[in-house]
Amino acid sequence: MAIDMEQFHQVFFEESFEGLDVMETGLLNLDNGEADDEEINTIFRAAHSIKGGSGTFGFQAIADFTHIMETLLDEVRDGIRELNHSAINVLLKSVDCLRMMMTAASDGSDVNDDEVKINFDALQTILGAENTSAPVAAKTVAVAADNAAKAWKISFSPHKNFMQFGNDPIRVIRELSTLGSLSGQVDTSKVPDFSDLNPEDMFLSWDLQLKGDASKAAIDDVFAWVEDESDISVSELKSAEASVSQPVAAPVTQAAQPIEKKTTTTAAAEKKEKAAVSSSIRVGIDKIDDLINMVGELVITQSMLSMLGEDFNMSRLEKLQEGLIQLDRHTRELQESVMQIRMVPISFTFSRFPRMVRDLSEKLGKNIELVMHGENTELDKTVIEKIGDPLVHLVRNSIDHGIEMPEARIAAGKPKVGTIQLNAFHRGGNIVIEITDDGKGIDKEVIYNKGVEKGLVEAGAKLADQQIYDLLFNPGFSTATEITDVSGRGVGMDVVKKNIMSLGGAIETHSVKGQGSIFSIRLPLTLAILDGQSVAVGGDNYIIPLVSIVESVQPKKEQLNMVAGKGETYKLRDEYLPILRVCDLFNIPDAKAKKLEDGLLVVVEADGKHFGVFVDDLLGQQQVVIKSLESNYKRIEGISGATILGDGSVALILDIPGLIRMSD
Amino acid sequence: MSTDVELKNDELPLDSDADLGDEYLTFSLADEEYGVDILRVQELRGWEAVTRIPNSPAFVKGVLNLRGAIVPIIDLRERFNLTVSDYTETTVVIVLSVNDGRDGNERTMGVVVDSISDVVHAKLSDIQATPQFGSALDTEYISGLADANGVMLMLLNVDAMLSMNGMG
Repeated sequence: MAIDMEQFHQVFFEESFEGLDVMETGLLNLDNGEADDEEINTIFRAAHSIKGGSGTFGFQAIADFTHIMETLLDEVRDGIRELNHSAINVLLKSVDCLRMMMTAASDGSDVNDDEVKINFDALQTILGAENTSAPVAAKTVAVAADNAAKAWKISFSPHKNFMQFGNDPIRVIRELSTLGSLSGQVDTSKVPDFSDLNPEDMFLSWDLQLKGDASKAAIDDVFAWVEDESDISVSELKSAEASVSQPVAAPVTQAAQPIEKKTTTTAAAEKKEKAAVSSSIRVGIDKIDDLINMVGELVITQSMLSMLGEDFNMSRLEKLQEGLIQLDRHTRELQESVMQIRMVPISFTFSRFPRMVRDLSEKLGKNIELVMHGENTELDKTVIEKIGDPLVHLVRNSIDHGIEMPEARIAAGKPKVGTIQLNAFHRGGNIVIEITDDGKGIDKEVIYNKGVEKGLVEAGAKLADQQIYDLLFNPGFSTATEITDVSGRGVGMDVVKKNIMSLGGAIETHSVKGQGSIFSIRLPLTLAILDGQSVAVGGDNYIIPLVSIVESVQPKKEQLNMVAGKGETYKLRDEYLPILRVCDLFNIPDAKAKKLEDGLLVVVEADGKHFGVFVDDLLGQQQVVIKSLESNYKRIEGISGATILGDGSVALILDIPGLIRMSD
Repeated sequence: MSTDVELKNDELPLDSDADLGDEYLTFSLADEEYGVDILRVQELRGWEAVTRIPNSPAFVKGVLNLRGAIVPIIDLRERFNLTVSDYTETTVVIVLSVNDGRDGNERTMGVVVDSISDVVHAKLSDIQATPQFGSALDTEYISGLADANGVMLMLLNVDAMLSMNGMG
């Protein structure tokens, strides 16, 4: 029954939206020719789940729509049909359409029926183009058409003595729900106070909407056994009324019910449903397991402490202190684990770009390839949510202003296909997201002149490159000669900058005319987490980010060489690596390993080059929460941040590119 | 300017609405007495080992984990070029909130002092301007002098003290 299903709707919508994303990604891969059978299967499974789910939860329109998509996909899966570019386009549009329908179903907004019809027809055209599946398609249409017409409004009010005849309204309603998708409201206004309630009497009545291809006769059959003990009216509903399920005037049999009251309760119910829609987050089961473990530890410590407290004397002081230290540690670990739950990989944001790039480049007649790196870089969920729109803006800009038309590219001696790169990585205590394009670059002169024209710059003033690029982020600044619906209105770049600033980040622009531009967004990583290798130098522990480590070796004398008597190198297979001594760079006096043979070399990679970082010892690997050193102190060259180790002490995180700069 | 300072901790002047003055936490440092505005004091902690920060001035002892925040610890003796002594059982870290106007954010720092003395109340009219010693002595971080039971109390300007010389 619909009322019982309500609680699962939220889950259903979330899963369906995820399914839609899966379908979209899969379709895009297909279009790029990267697909295999598994890809088709994945798309098919997603469509199938959505169909099944929407059928179960009574979203018949969605189920029907998905059904026809599924039919098409099934044929592709069975090898009966090839998916060409235009078919994929139709399928992608259908995914959009489904998403719209799903959104409408979840928040009660209006469904754009025209769009549904257009996509439905387009899907059918494809299916109909070859006759292999005509019967299936025809049947689907028939069902769909039928659905549109057949929606029943049933008013069912059992008499007071209904149950004394051995009837049960639940049975009736359950029977009805087998005929189609059933929804409705129960009227409880006649239920008396508890003291006056006779459990054998019937006080409820129902207003039901039945959608589906049930005939009137079938419905009448259901009520055949109870028609003497209840008032029943069955009437056909217009499709619009049925799908929006608006409160309808009470039928004659229910004339006793005040109409207003019912309207308000329905409205209230709708409101409640909207409020209940809250954002949620998917968390890996391992993170949850960690949390549960930690809570377990915490409980053990707590019970130990309370036992201590029951008969405490000074001889047990040491135990108490021990317990308190444990409690302190567990609480902190718990806190950090909870923070980790908020961390989501940036692929959540990146995943929307392949589709966008594909659609836009098609629209603009450009050939663009999107390359993404570092999708697994983790960021706080709030940051992920807020960075999405600025990124979309920048990528749109790169597509529209950056990448040239294919002819222009060939004329400029560049490959016909333009490339846009999205990179996310940790650097110098920040998370950096770079949007790189190999397009025409930014013409500084044009921007400068535009700045003068807009009165932002005094004519003749000398500006540094970065200052000129910063002009781009002024409100209403656009150099596009022609305004498209993609970009060019000059709205946006200022918002981009504002959004990034509000996250405590910064944006930098680099560009070479004719070769392309790089927009790099720097975000603080107060909450970010990285995998680290902890190393010892002197009495202190440092963390080296695992991503920059290639390997660790114990150097042998014959592998060590000097360049001009000063620069130490290590021969790793065929490569001579420069050695960076952390103890020298950081002036650590008590480093244990003085000779290179006594310590260890951590081979790291930065900017495509390898270096050997010399440390006393390797300790262990662990995930660390990065804390900013700047918030209370200042930036230190060679250090990207700090973290708190399990024992509560602080360890500094090495900034490998920074260390290399220091050694220069 | 009046010189007889009333320092009755438990007997705050209720009548003088114009000059209520401030309360100061006083501490000793190499036989000198200093005071900081008590509203800036977040907490007092015993000395514990810190993590050194490379390439930092000697008076920056290192950083400490203060409930998840990384807080730098500054040795005030070294900061003021007083004789350095070992840390003892009475050595205390005063955790202060500092606003040096760098980016408008409050920062948290810890200062190591020999021992905590008292909390004193000093009226505004009882605080004497810092005398100038010329270039021989930089007194920028002392906001004034007060008298505490016959002992001269140097009232520290926390913001100036923790933002000067390679700190900010």
